[in-house]
Amino acid sequence: MMDRIAGLGRLGIAIIASFGRSGQFLFGVLAGVPRPATGFPLLVKQLYAVGVLSLAIVVVSGLFIGMVLGLQGYTILSDYGSESAIGQMIALTLVRELGPVVTALLFAGRAGSALTAEIGLMKATEQLSSMEMMGVDPLRRVVAPRLWAGFLAMPVLAMIFSVVGIWGGMLVGVEWLGVFEGSFWGNMQSSVDFVDDVLNGFIKSVVFGFVCAWIAVYQGYDCVPTSAGISSATTKTVVYSSLAVLGLDFVLTAVMFGDF
Amino acid sequence: MESSAYITLRDVVFSRSGRRIFDGISLDIPKGKVTAIMGPSGTGKTTLLRLIGGQLRPDSGQVSVAGHDVPRLKRKALYQLREKMGMLFQSGALFTDLSVYENVAFPLRVHTSLPEDMIRDIVLMKLEAVGLRGARELMPSELSGGMTRRVALARSIALDPELIMYDEPFAGQDPIAMGVLVKLIRDLNSSMGLTSVLVSHDVPESLSICHYACIIADGKVIGEGTPEELRAHPSERVQQFLEGQPDGPVPFHYPSGDAAADFGVGGRSS
Repeated sequence: MMDRIAGLGRLGIAIIASFGRSGQFLFGVLAGVPRPATGFPLLVKQLYAVGVLSLAIVVVSGLFIGMVLGLQGYTILSDYGSESAIGQMIALTLVRELGPVVTALLFAGRAGSALTAEIGLMKATEQLSSMEMMGVDPLRRVVAPRLWAGFLAMPVLAMIFSVVGIWGGMLVGVEWLGVFEGSFWGNMQSSVDFVDDVLNGFIKSVVFGFVCAWIAVYQGYDCVPTSAGISSATTKTVVYSSLAVLGLDFVLTAVMFGDF
Repeated sequence: MESSAYITLRDVVFSRSGRRIFDGISLDIPKGKVTAIMGPSGTGKTTLLRLIGGQLRPDSGQVSVAGHDVPRLKRKALYQLREKMGMLFQSGALFTDLSVYENVAFPLRVHTSLPEDMIRDIVLMKLEAVGLRGARELMPSELSGGMTRRVALARSIALDPELIMYDEPFAGQDPIAMGVLVKLIRDLNSSMGLTSVLVSHDVPESLSICHYACIIADGKVIGEGTPEELRAHPSERVQQFLEGQPDGPVPFHYPSGDAAADFGVGGRSS
């Protein structure tokens, strides 16, 4: 019994220590202001790696989710004779929730895991150590551009996801199932508020982008530099990011849309 | 030797994961010479290099490089000091997304504002020094183990450092590659006036090029001196290491219980 209590205590201490280390790590990454001449090309390269290369999965997923929303929405709304509200339903669902959340989950799986594996492998092959010994801080040279790229790319990807999703919903609802195009767009325009819906969804995606990128780079930098350690860190990135996104989504939704 | 020491370690204690790696080690590494640090695997030779480079901090004691108290340096000063150091890692640690040329140019691009044509000249000179000028367009994945270390060597001397540290440069090398590395370490030291620290357990190669050597075991220096002095060292442990004897003060058998009991002769094994 005492062993179990002691084990629980050790686990608690390890979790708190890990939070402390990741906080110190984040401070170390953000503290350095890079020179624009060297920092900008590194940022652009990482924006391509984590942003542009994630476009395919985001666009395809957004399209299918929008189409499914169109189908499901039409089936349910037509029972009440209100299928013309399908545009409003698809837009609000995507802009408020599915756009930021699903994009963040895809981002964690596609870009986050790649970031962790890349940094972990650089650690395992002593590339980070050699950089340190050359007088170059790997936190600023390697980690910071990846963190900023993830932070900047996620909101843009989430917006693209929502736009493509709405278009997919329109394809199914209007082109296939015959909902009147004017009411599809008109209802959407009248019910979607820029500040309450679009801006709040954007803020969510900014928060998710920051958290996912932070988890990914920290797990890579802190991993045990072996093949098993990198594998474990990559898994942790996806699991922790997904849980963090879903948990934060509830908190942010309660703050933004809750009417207490 | 004290007055010409480039690196000084005094009573350095260092523990990791509850295990004491160094237990009050003291060492002087002379300026402008090749110093070999030898010892059995797992004795902390690489850790010693990381202490010198400031990547690790000792629990207590002093680590001084070129007059700087390394563990107490602020981040900026430490990074500035590292610009005077080169380190050849056991794996080479080349950046896998950069070509050979770009790997060697990396420290020049980061730390200098030299024009591109001058960077090109320096990179080609460094690659020429290690015999790989013709391999400049290759990627690290296309290089053999020996070539990887030679490129890493060219990169580590790109900024003309005062100190260069070699971490197991001969490990896993074929005889030709080993001969090339021995020649390079000796030639670079004499031509550039470097202070070289060579960590290795390859005794013949290390003793053939070093001016001074020390053997560490159990967290302490167990023998030091010139190669000739070491070969004549009275310590049995030093002689066992130098001659590669399988049994001696370091026993062949890992400490174990009664063999008769283990084999079930005259009693039961647990």
